[in-house]
Amino acid sequence: MIEQNLSLLLVVLPLLAAPVTAILPQGKAPWLLTLITTWLCLILASWQLSLVTDGSVISYALGGWAPPWGIEYRIDAMNALVALLISGIAAITLPYALHTVEKEIPRHQLSLFYAVFLLCLVGLLGIAQTGDVFNLFVFLEISSLSSYVLIAMGEQRRALTAAFQYLIMGSIGATFLLIGIGLLFVETGTLNMLDLHERLQPIMHHRTVHTGFAFIVVGIALKLALFPLHLWLPNAYKYSPSAISVFLAATATKVAVYIMLRMVFTVFSTDFVRATPTDHIFLLLGVFGVILASIAAIYQTDMKRLLAYSSIAQISYMVLGMGLASALGVTATLVHVFNHALMKGALFMAAGALVYRVGSSQFKKLDGLGRHMPWTFAAIFIAGLSLIGIPGTAGFISKWYLVLAAIEHQSWLIALVILLGSLLTVVYMWKLVELLFFRPITDPALTVTEAPAWLLLPMWTLIIANIYFGINTELTVGVAETAVNLLGIAAIHE
Amino acid sequence: MKHNLILRVIVKFLFPVIALFAFYVLFHGDYAPGGGFQAGVILGVAFIFYALIFGLVTTEQVIPPQLLRILASTGILIYISTGIVTMLLGGNFLDYDMLAESPVTGQHIGIMVIELGVGITVSAIMLMIFYAFASRGRS
Repeated sequence: MIEQNLSLLLVVLPLLAAPVTAILPQGKAPWLLTLITTWLCLILASWQLSLVTDGSVISYALGGWAPPWGIEYRIDAMNALVALLISGIAAITLPYALHTVEKEIPRHQLSLFYAVFLLCLVGLLGIAQTGDVFNLFVFLEISSLSSYVLIAMGEQRRALTAAFQYLIMGSIGATFLLIGIGLLFVETGTLNMLDLHERLQPIMHHRTVHTGFAFIVVGIALKLALFPLHLWLPNAYKYSPSAISVFLAATATKVAVYIMLRMVFTVFSTDFVRATPTDHIFLLLGVFGVILASIAAIYQTDMKRLLAYSSIAQISYMVLGMGLASALGVTATLVHVFNHALMKGALFMAAGALVYRVGSSQFKKLDGLGRHMPWTFAAIFIAGLSLIGIPGTAGFISKWYLVLAAIEHQSWLIALVILLGSLLTVVYMWKLVELLFFRPITDPALTVTEAPAWLLLPMWTLIIANIYFGINTELTVGVAETAVNLLGIAAIHE
Repeated sequence: MKHNLILRVIVKFLFPVIALFAFYVLFHGDYAPGGGFQAGVILGVAFIFYALIFGLVTTEQVIPPQLLRILASTGILIYISTGIVTMLLGGNFLDYDMLAESPVTGQHIGIMVIELGVGITVSAIMLMIFYAFASRGRS
């Protein structure tokens, strides 16, 4: 029974746990239930991935209504990889959350906090599982609304403004997506992704279809924090509670990248992307995003904001991969989605550990802390190497595929920009290293000790994953190639 | 509003009527316009109406905020458990055909239980929102 309903249980399990968590007494109980749920989800997601790595597809009809009439959950290698990423990051974030959340969230809000966290997980997993565009919109709203709440729960009052800013931008994005879906529905009368794809083929030239496509792409780009629609992101990551900035930085924008891939390549097609200026727009915004966001990161004076700008730059890499619109490019995008979640997760965990000890991520408070917190500092260093793309780390793999894709596309400029972006990454990561390790401690009376093991263990799990996936690429590249084959991206014909 | 006799009498008279109408909308939802969401809002409105006239303190004695949180969660749990029951009976999630001998009866039972869950949650949330606004500045 479990295997038959596997893809659905992955969404229903956290949905079932969320209301139970909300009525549990305050204390450790809500955390424990959330922890168990996330680990069960991780097990289910790994099981699901093992079923589809050979290129097969799981189709699940909700309520027994056969697709395309009913809602269909359609799992191929790409869905399963994204679902594994989300549940994996959630499972690793939870042990980390125990102490940081107790410190940052008032005690009487603990059970609600974890309930909302579970709802956010439901939304993200639902997006990854569903094969129905309207269902996707609903799950996107579930995850977005709960992430606004989670961000607003940050310690400082400015978390409220950050959450409000994100609320406005996110709602505009969701509205655009809905308008786009509505226009496609008017044209085709269906909401099922595969059915949409087939029915759109003969009417690709219609103005309504083009308008719908434009609305969808802009809407997702807002959620994706694609340059120049990224302004909500830095504050949202800076002011949210530490565990939430880890979780959102590693999953939320990655899921938006997944939605973009699904919409652009499954619902529409590679030919459509090449026939319209879409690929050129992606490439243009990607190039500007990589360079400008990296430069902006160099000038930040706060570690979390620096990492947030670096995220925007890394997202631009993923968009570059999409813009190349080739099998290799999209493979690079998918691999980078996975790998970037590993490195940014680790880096935000390290930032959270520093905040846990000194109460702020402002640079002036961080001088010389690395010598007092060697494990945290080493984690930042290795994750930084991965972010730059040093061979032997996960970051190298995705950059390598991206450069290969650019060369295959004969876009030397793109390849150059990718390398330039890495150089800029060296600059801002070195700034962190210099600050944490080589500066004298401003206040000699300040005694800071290493972060507790509950914070270090999840952090180092991600660091080891960074190195592991830099050496063994069977899971990431293998699954990504299967996924891209299923997307049916046509070869480049010049 | 303690001295306003007309309003107090009208509320006492209208409260059961509004509540009854809520249940009518709920249980008639599969034949006529209506359903769990609308019924929940109407039931919530009945209590909000009561609170406007008799005050927040009296209403909170009738329905304490803690109870609301439990009710809100119960509603969702009813919804999801229905889906899980259909899975245990061998169908897909929310496949109401499994709930009875004939699929038609099954669909009836299924949608009714689901709407009941939705109704409970919506009315609890309506009242929660009202409490949150009405108790501002009280702390």
